[in-house]
Amino acid sequence: MMIDNISWITAYPEMLLFGMACVIALFDLGVKTPLRGATYTLTLLTLAVVAFLEAMYASGGATYYGFGNMVVSDAMGNWLKCFAAVATMITLVYGRPYAGDRGMLRGGELFTLTLFSLLGMFVMISGNNFLVIYLGLELLTLSSYALVALRRDHVAATEAAIKYFVLGAMASGFLLYGMSMLYGATGSLDITSVFKAIVSGHVDHQVLIFGLVFIVCGLAFKLGVVPFHMWIPDVYQGAPTAITLMIGGAPKLAAFGMTMRLLVEGMLPLAIDWQQMLMVLSIGSLLLGNLAAIMQTNVKRMLAYSTISQMGFVLLGLIAGVINGSSLDFSTNAYSSSMFYVITYVLTTLASFGVLLLLSREGFESEEISDLAGLNQRSPLYAGIMAVSMFSLAGIPPLAGFYAKLSVLQALMVSGDPVYLYLAIFAVMMSLIGAFYYLRVVKVMYFDDPITATHVVAGADVRVVLCLNGLLIVALGLMPGGLMALCAQSIRQMLGT
Amino acid sequence: MGLLSLAIWTPIAFGIVLLALGRDDQAKTVRWVALIGALVSLLVTLPLYGQFDSHSAAMQFVENAPWIERFNINYHLGLDGISFWFVLLTAFINVIVVIASWESITSRVNQYMGAFLILSGLMIGVFCALDGMLFYVFFEATLIPMYLIIGIWGGPNKIYAAFKFFLYTLMGSLLMLIALVYLYTQSGGSFDLATWYALPLSSTAQTYIFFAFLAAFAVKVPMWPVHTWLPDVHVEAPTGGSAVLAAIMLKLGAYGFLRFSLPIAPDASHEWSGLMIGLSLIAVVYVGLVAMVQKDMKKLVAYSSVAHMGFVTLGFFIFSDLGVSGGIVQMIAHGFVSAAMFLSIGVLYDRVHSREIAAYGGVVNTMPKFAAFALLFSMANCGLPGTAGFVGEWMVILGAVKFNFWIGFAAASALIFGAAYTLWMFKRVYLGPVGNHHVKDLLDINPREFLVMALLAASVLYMGIYPKPFTDVMDASVTQLLKHVALSKLPN
Repeated sequence: MMIDNISWITAYPEMLLFGMACVIALFDLGVKTPLRGATYTLTLLTLAVVAFLEAMYASGGATYYGFGNMVVSDAMGNWLKCFAAVATMITLVYGRPYAGDRGMLRGGELFTLTLFSLLGMFVMISGNNFLVIYLGLELLTLSSYALVALRRDHVAATEAAIKYFVLGAMASGFLLYGMSMLYGATGSLDITSVFKAIVSGHVDHQVLIFGLVFIVCGLAFKLGVVPFHMWIPDVYQGAPTAITLMIGGAPKLAAFGMTMRLLVEGMLPLAIDWQQMLMVLSIGSLLLGNLAAIMQTNVKRMLAYSTISQMGFVLLGLIAGVINGSSLDFSTNAYSSSMFYVITYVLTTLASFGVLLLLSREGFESEEISDLAGLNQRSPLYAGIMAVSMFSLAGIPPLAGFYAKLSVLQALMVSGDPVYLYLAIFAVMMSLIGAFYYLRVVKVMYFDDPITATHVVAGADVRVVLCLNGLLIVALGLMPGGLMALCAQSIRQMLGT
Repeated sequence: MGLLSLAIWTPIAFGIVLLALGRDDQAKTVRWVALIGALVSLLVTLPLYGQFDSHSAAMQFVENAPWIERFNINYHLGLDGISFWFVLLTAFINVIVVIASWESITSRVNQYMGAFLILSGLMIGVFCALDGMLFYVFFEATLIPMYLIIGIWGGPNKIYAAFKFFLYTLMGSLLMLIALVYLYTQSGGSFDLATWYALPLSSTAQTYIFFAFLAAFAVKVPMWPVHTWLPDVHVEAPTGGSAVLAAIMLKLGAYGFLRFSLPIAPDASHEWSGLMIGLSLIAVVYVGLVAMVQKDMKKLVAYSSVAHMGFVTLGFFIFSDLGVSGGIVQMIAHGFVSAAMFLSIGVLYDRVHSREIAAYGGVVNTMPKFAAFALLFSMANCGLPGTAGFVGEWMVILGAVKFNFWIGFAAASALIFGAAYTLWMFKRVYLGPVGNHHVKDLLDINPREFLVMALLAASVLYMGIYPKPFTDVMDASVTQLLKHVALSKLPN
């Protein structure tokens, strides 16, 4: 393998992340304060530098392949990594007081494991080789298992960790099995070569499809779409809320990146096949996610089902990519709508969990929807932020979530295919059902009387970040053009090369 | 910043300031800031009246700037004769509502006032938008403040009402969203209304689009049989919420017919005009009868709103100058009259805390000044000549008789029902001997309430006696609209 200068340059952020994860692990041994302020500051600083580096790379706009085509650095990947680093930062800000109250900061593992899971996401996003992607995925999920189990003395968390581990391992198995099939069929693990091999047409189609099915199953597990969604509600509910956010936030960006690398970059010629599979998955997710969410009384479980339905929407964007010999513009439009969807979804999830974390601090878990009762009377600001995220998830303008839904619907309907038109109608009707349970959260916060009169207290860091987060959802609703253009540009570049 | 932008964003800015800074222990300051905000918002719309050229059918005060370039969505605003009065009406009703809620709202005053100011800005946005997606964003965004207004300050069954309002209207709007995106794809990537007006569409496409728009607008108007949310919501909503809902929000739907359904799908509109006329007549006649048997004053006025809006849609779908202008005049008149009716009920409700007709009787003995105003508004509600209610109904009936005698006959007969239920309610609530000790203890309206009533009474009388300024403004635009609708858009 040839390692040249460019290879090193493409991997700087990852190397920095890895180095700092090790340094922080050692550094933390000397930190004695209960909330580990020094470790926390250092971690945030690291993440900020990494996010900045990725943003620099991304705005540079060039595409580099490094380490003998093992990794790729392109605008789409770099932006996703940048957003993932920022999302992880926000997660840590929201989660630290919660973790501290529950004895999860006795050691500094939370920070180290978080950095390693982020490293895993980075590798997943920038892998240009089946094995590299797989390694990244394993690094992410292994760190996540440990994070879920971080609260050792808590039964539900331990149970969730085991469930997550077993199902996650199975999903990884699926993925690996699919990759090995593709390797058998095409003779390469390199995504670019696999693509070329498939295009050449000298490959046994049956083996390819067989491998593709397994890969789609593995991806579906990671994205959490029906029928591979079973772990999501249990893990979301069982894991400590801070860790739920760690699993439900940034990794969605990585899962999207991985899906783009495997399905679009590697197997675009098979799009007709995987689009049908994704269509089934997304219809199931929209239906089951929305219907099941109605019945939940636990907020975390409800948000879990809401995630399932939202991921169904993301898949809708992916299936609209290639239709009747479509052009580059056409696919750009479809895939960038999905990318925009994922980014706004992560942003809203962060805000909603941020409020939940804030409320569960006073020695009790804010898990039931009724725990939010009368929040508007206790703290209009946080109730407002929660309401903004709920309306955004429900897709009500003028909030970010609306434009995400709009761009996906638009991508579906531009195709002119009646099947896609029906899908769009189905999707909006499902989001009508979805509006009901998001509205219920708003109802509980605004219309019901509070059970406790305790004041909601928040540290300065949490307060500032939460406000910015809420403002960003509104600002993206008023001015979504910039982020849309960014997504479109980076997807176009990725498809162009 | 253009005049229209100013009209939209001034109330919203004041509303945000109120939400951000107001606290319950400064309720007094909050009320004054809200009043100043509402007045300033009204003031910034007044130059529109001076500068509007009523001889031109073109869009005026146009602002056009790229908003979301990726989908070619523009911040495109403009005003023509059809939308002109609604901007002023919205700003005016907003002032009235702020004054009317001065004392009746005591908890979370800043959120209440903030919600109304933001709502008024959004509704002005709906009337000014010339870009399909901009229209949709404003149209949908109005749901959020209204949902909160009903749910926080509403009556005992407020939660049911708030959900019913939100989900019912969202269902219709989502189908419209599909239609908007469909038009976007058909027009080669444009959300511009003028482009859509010129776009040839096949008969089936027009039918689908027509019904998708119908789903959104019929629910909002509301037309029979999707009107059932309105009585439930009116009964539970706070007085101010009911007034704004009836005076402005219902008009968003009717306005949508003129701005979207008729000019974008003219052939389908003609084809299905029979259906629309039928539904309108059912609303006028049947819902009028339903109103007669109501025991709850707010419910009665709510059903009467449905019946009056039936006149509006009837006027639109007979495709004549008289009908369409009459429909628009009726919308404006109903804006004044229904707001006045609901605020009158609010005056009584604040004192007795009951909306039952049976809980009153002989109010005229204890509240003579108020009863005089109530009589005027009741007369306007049944369309007495010389009041605002007469002009629009008369124009629509005249148009309908020209179109088809029996349709005109059916519509005209509804005037009798209107008079019956309104006057009967007036008799039971206001006339006769003092009904009970609640009524006996009533105090007549205070200067603040007098001001509200007087402003509305002046508007109702002015519009009834001298409707020329209202009709003059819309003539050119209505003529042009009808000319456009008469042309087939079927591709050759």
